[in-house]
Amino acid sequence: MRISRPFSLIALGAAATLVLGGCAADDTAPAEPTGADAGSLTLYSGREEELVQPLIDQFTDETGIDVEVRYGNTAELGALLLEEGEATPADVFLSQDAGALGALANADLFSTLPNDVAGAVEPGFTSTDGSWVGVTGRARVVVFDGEKYTADELPDTAEAYTGDEWRGLLGIAPSNASFQSAVTAYRVLEGDAAAEEYLTALAANEPQIFDGNGAILSAVDSGVLDAGLLNHYYWYQQAGEVGAENMRAQLKFLEAGDPGSIVNVTGAGLLSGAEENADALDFIDYLVSEAGQTYFVEETYEYPLVDGIDAPEGLPELADLVNPELDLSDLDTLGETQELLARVGLI
Amino acid sequence: MAPSGPGRPRRAPTALLLAAALAAACAGIPFVYLVVRAAGAGAPRVIETLGRGRVLEYAANSLGLAAATTATALVLGTTVAVVLTRVSVPFPRLWLLASSLPLAVPSFIAGYGWIVSVPGINGFAASWLLLSAVTVPYVTLPVAAALRGAAGDLEGVARTLGRSPLSAFFVATWPQVRPAAIAGALLVALYSLSDFGLVSLMRFPTLTWGINAAYSASFDRAQAAILALLLVVLALIVVTGERSARGRLARRPARAVAPREVGRGALLALLPVVAVAPLVGVAVPLLGLLQRLLQAETLRSIDGPRLLAAVGATIGVALAAALVAVLLALPIAVLAARYRGRLVSTIESVGYLGHALPGIVVGLSLVFFSLAVVPALYQTTAVLVFAYVVLFMPKAIGNVRAGLGDVPASLVSVARTLGDSPLRAWLRVTVPLALPSVGIGALLVAIATMKELPATLLLRPTGIETLATELWNRTVAFEYGAAAPYAAVLVLVAAVPAAVLSGIRTTAKEEL
Repeated sequence: MRISRPFSLIALGAAATLVLGGCAADDTAPAEPTGADAGSLTLYSGREEELVQPLIDQFTDETGIDVEVRYGNTAELGALLLEEGEATPADVFLSQDAGALGALANADLFSTLPNDVAGAVEPGFTSTDGSWVGVTGRARVVVFDGEKYTADELPDTAEAYTGDEWRGLLGIAPSNASFQSAVTAYRVLEGDAAAEEYLTALAANEPQIFDGNGAILSAVDSGVLDAGLLNHYYWYQQAGEVGAENMRAQLKFLEAGDPGSIVNVTGAGLLSGAEENADALDFIDYLVSEAGQTYFVEETYEYPLVDGIDAPEGLPELADLVNPELDLSDLDTLGETQELLARVGLI
Repeated sequence: MAPSGPGRPRRAPTALLLAAALAAACAGIPFVYLVVRAAGAGAPRVIETLGRGRVLEYAANSLGLAAATTATALVLGTTVAVVLTRVSVPFPRLWLLASSLPLAVPSFIAGYGWIVSVPGINGFAASWLLLSAVTVPYVTLPVAAALRGAAGDLEGVARTLGRSPLSAFFVATWPQVRPAAIAGALLVALYSLSDFGLVSLMRFPTLTWGINAAYSASFDRAQAAILALLLVVLALIVVTGERSARGRLARRPARAVAPREVGRGALLALLPVVAVAPLVGVAVPLLGLLQRLLQAETLRSIDGPRLLAAVGATIGVALAAALVAVLLALPIAVLAARYRGRLVSTIESVGYLGHALPGIVVGLSLVFFSLAVVPALYQTTAVLVFAYVVLFMPKAIGNVRAGLGDVPASLVSVARTLGDSPLRAWLRVTVPLALPSVGIGALLVAIATMKELPATLLLRPTGIETLATELWNRTVAFEYGAAAPYAAVLVLVAAVPAAVLSGIRTTAKEEL
C-alpha cells in the first residue's frame, strides 16, 4: 500500500480543482461595470489594510458607496496597473509614493482630476497637472540609537553624516523610492554637482545598505545600527505596536531648510476608465476632506496636506520642512537620480 | 510510451513530444513576456542596463550564493539521508520528520526570525547558512526515499573488498541516489537564484534586488525584464550543468538492508549534523517570532472565521496547483527520463525556467498573458493556480523524472515477456514504481504554493486571502502580534504535506 498516499492526495487535488473550477466560473466577471450609478468602486491600495480599511469603512458608512479593495505593495500594484492598462478593474489607485503615480500618469492611465479636488493640496505636495492628488506627507528624518546618543548630540544636516565619525555607522536604502526622492530633492535644491559630491562622500563612508525603511528601523531599534535615514512615520507605526516608551530607536529632525529634511508624499489617482464614476471621485475627494485628513493625522501620524488641519502633535510644522516645489513624480528627474546613484556605486 | 532500455536512443512518440512541448510552452510564458518587455526597450538600453552600476556584481552574487547553497544542500542533505536510513538512530521517523520541517517555513519568516534573535546578522555567510537550511530538505527527502527503497548490501561487499566507508559509499550507494540528489540540488539552485525575501532581509544584494528596485523605485518594467532575463541566463547555466552532472546511469541491482548499529560516540557525532537544518531553519526563526509576539501590544482576539477562510483558500489552491503541476510535469518528465536529443533537452530546460524567476515577474507575465488570451479568467482562481504551476512545476519534473529513471527496464521487459502489451506493462510496472516520486513532486508543489506571496498578491481574486497574504497584510503594518497566529498556522498547515513527504519511500528496486 505504499502508493495509497500519493493516490489519495491526487484524488483530493482533483476534487479541489473541481470545486475551485466551479468558484472560478462564478467570478469570471472581474471588470465589473462601474458606471456612475453602480454605488461602488474598486480601489487598488498600496497602503496597508490595517491603516486604511477603517477610513474606507468610515467612507462607506457616510456615503453608502461600497469599496472593493485590493491590497498590495505600491510597486507591485503600480506594475500591475501598467500591465493591465485600459483593462484594469480598478477605479482608484492609492499609492505610498509619488513615483508610482508619476509612472501611471506618464503612461496616460489617469484621468485629470477636477480642480476642486486636485487644488485642495498645496503645490509641491501634489501633481503639477492634476493627474493625481497628494494625500499625506512623510518627513525624511534620521533615526538613531537612543541608548548611544541623545538628539542634541547628533548633527542636524544631512551632509554631516558623511563625516569620518559616522564611517560604517549609517544605514541607508538606496534602492528604495523614498531615498531616491530625497536625492532628487537634494539635486533640485543644491544642484547636481553638490548632490554628486554629497553622494560620493556618503558612498565612501561605508554606509550599511538596506533594502527598505522598515529594516533600517528594526536594525537601529535592536541596537546593531547607530543611525539611519528613513521616513518618520515608520517609527510611529512601530511605536504604536510596541509602545513609544519601549522604543530604543529615536527620531532626529534635521534643521529647517536642510536638503535632507524633505517631505515625501502619498497620493491617489483616478484611473482613466473610471472617469465617469462619480463614486470613485467622491472617494478621492474624501481622502483630502477634513474627515480623511484628520484620520491620517490621528491614526498614522502623517502630515496632512490640506490647509487648516494641524500636523500630528510632537512633529515640526510642515512649513519648517523643505518644500522645494519639485515634482517628485517626474520620471525623467528620477532617471537622472538613478544614473547618479549608479555612478557613485550605491545601486 | 514504451520505455526503451538505456543506451538505445530512439525517437520519442509524437503524442508525447506534443504534450511535453505544450507543458513547456506554459512554463515558457514568463520568458516570452520578458522578451516582449525587454525588446520594447531596444538594444542600447539593454546594454546600458547590464553595464550599469552594480548589476554585474549582483549577478555574481546571485551565482555565488546559488553555488554555495547548492553544494551545501547536496552534501548535507545526502549525509543526513544516509545517516537516517543506514544508521540505527533512536526515533528515526521523528528525525526524518524534523528534517522535512524547514520546507514549511517560508524563507522570509526564517530570515525575519533570525534577525529578531541575532539582530546584526547579515551578508553572504548569513544568506548562505539560512538558504541552505531551508532548502536542504529538497535533497534530504528524495535521497532518503530512494535509500529506503534502494539497497546497501553492495556497500557491504565493497567494504569487504577493502574499500573505506566513504569510498564504498561512492562506489555502491551514490549511483543509487544520484538522480534524486541531483534533481533536488537543481531545485535548491533555482530556489536560491529566485529568492528575494531572505536575501533582502540579510542585506545581500543579488539580481532579485535589482529586479525589485526596477519595479519599486524606477517603475520601469523594461529594466526589470532585462535583469530578469539575465537571471534566466544564469538559470540555463544551472540547468545545463545539472544535465551533464546527471549523466547516464547503469542500473545496479541490489537488495535492501537493515540500518546498521553504531556506537554511542558515533551517534553523538552524527545526530548534530542531522539537527543543523531543523535548528537553523525552524527552531531559531520560530523562537524569534515568539519573542516578537511577547513584545507586541496588538495581540487582539483572533478573527476566527477570517483565519479559517484563509486556511481553506490556502489548502484549496495548493491542492489544485499540485494536481495541475503534476499533470503538466508528467509528459516532460517521461520524455526527459526516456529520450535524448536537443529537442528533449530544450523542452526540459524551458520547463524549469519559471522556478528561477521571482514571483513578481511570473505574476506580471500571467497578468499580461491572461488579459491577452483569456480576459474572462483574469483575477480568478484559475489563473492564480496556473501561476503556481508555472512557478513550481519544476519541483515535480525533477522528482518524477528521477523516479521514472529508477524503474528498471528489465522489469518492464519481464512484463512484456509475460505477454503484457506495452501499455499494460507500463501500467503494471512503471506507474506503481514511479508513483511515489510523483507524490513527492506533488507535495513539494503544494508546500511551495502555500508559502507563495508576490504572485498571489498580483493574481488572487480581489477579496480572497491566503495565509501568506494575510501574514503579509499584518507584517507590513508592523502588527507582529496580529501576524503571529497567521505565521504559526501557515507553518503548521505547510508542515502537514512536509510530514507526509518524509514518510514516502520510492519503491524497492530489488532484482527479480
